[in-house]
Amino acid sequence: MADSITSRVSFTLDSSLESVDKVEQTAEQYAKQAGFDEDTVPHIAMAVREAAVNAVLHGNAYDKHKRIHAAFETTSDSLIIRISDEGPGLDPEGIPDPLAPENILRGSGRGIFLIRAFMDEVNFRQLNPGTEMTLIKHRTPAQPGT
Amino acid sequence: MSMKVHTRQVDGITILDLSGRITLGEGSVTIRDAVRDVLAKGSNKILLNLGDINYIDSSGIGELVSAFTTVRNSGGELKLLNLTKKVHDLLQITKLYTVFDIKDDEATAIAAFAK
Repeated sequence: MADSITSRVSFTLDSSLESVDKVEQTAEQYAKQAGFDEDTVPHIAMAVREAAVNAVLHGNAYDKHKRIHAAFETTSDSLIIRISDEGPGLDPEGIPDPLAPENILRGSGRGIFLIRAFMDEVNFRQLNPGTEMTLIKHRTPAQPGT
Repeated sequence: MSMKVHTRQVDGITILDLSGRITLGEGSVTIRDAVRDVLAKGSNKILLNLGDINYIDSSGIGELVSAFTTVRNSGGELKLLNLTKKVHDLLQITKLYTVFDIKDDEATAIAAFAK
C-alpha cells in the first residue's frame, strides 16, 4: 500500500542532554501534528526521549566528537522516528529483562523496555559504528492530523 | 523545568515534597542528594511526595528504585505519596507498583511507618 510522506525533518546533534530535550520536544510536536490523542502523545515523546538518551549516554557516552542523528517522518499510516549514534553498537537481545525478579530493583535498564511498551514497532540496525533505532507508531483513521 | 525539593518533618517522618521533572541529569541527581542528606542527618523514614511531579523518565524511575533500596539497606523505610496518573501508569508498566508502598493520603502514609 502506498505510504506517502507528509512531513519530514532531521537533525544532527551533539551528544548532550540539551539534544535529548530537543529530540523529545520535536517528537511531541510531530505526534500532536499526526493527530495522536492526549494520552498517546506523551508516550511517544517519552519513547523518543529514551531512545535519544540511549544514543547520547550508552551509544556515544557523551563524547563531544560524536553526534546523534534524529529523523522524524509522518506518513499516511505512521509516525516514524529514527535515532542513531556513533557508538560501539547495541545488542538488543543482550538487554536484561527489567521485569525479571532479579532485575526489578536495578537502578537502570528500563529505557528500551519503555520504548517497546509505548511504540508499535521498534527496530535496531547496526551501522558500524553505531546503532540506529527506528520507532514506529501507527496512525488510526480517526486521527485527523496531516 | 528542573526538579525542586522541599523538606519537612511530621511525627518523626521526613517528607520530601518534590516538584517538576525527575529525568536523567538534574532531577535524578537532586533526588539522590536529597535522600542522602536525610540519611546523613540520621532520619531513615522518608515519604516522597510526588504529587507535583509532572514527568518522570526511566532514569527517574531508576532513581526512585535506588532511593528505595538505599533507605531499606540503612534499616529504614521509604514510601511514595500522591502519584500522578503518569507516574502511576509507569510504575504499573514496570511492575514496580507492588514494590513500593504507595499512599494517597499523607496522614495515612505517616501512620503506616513503623513506630
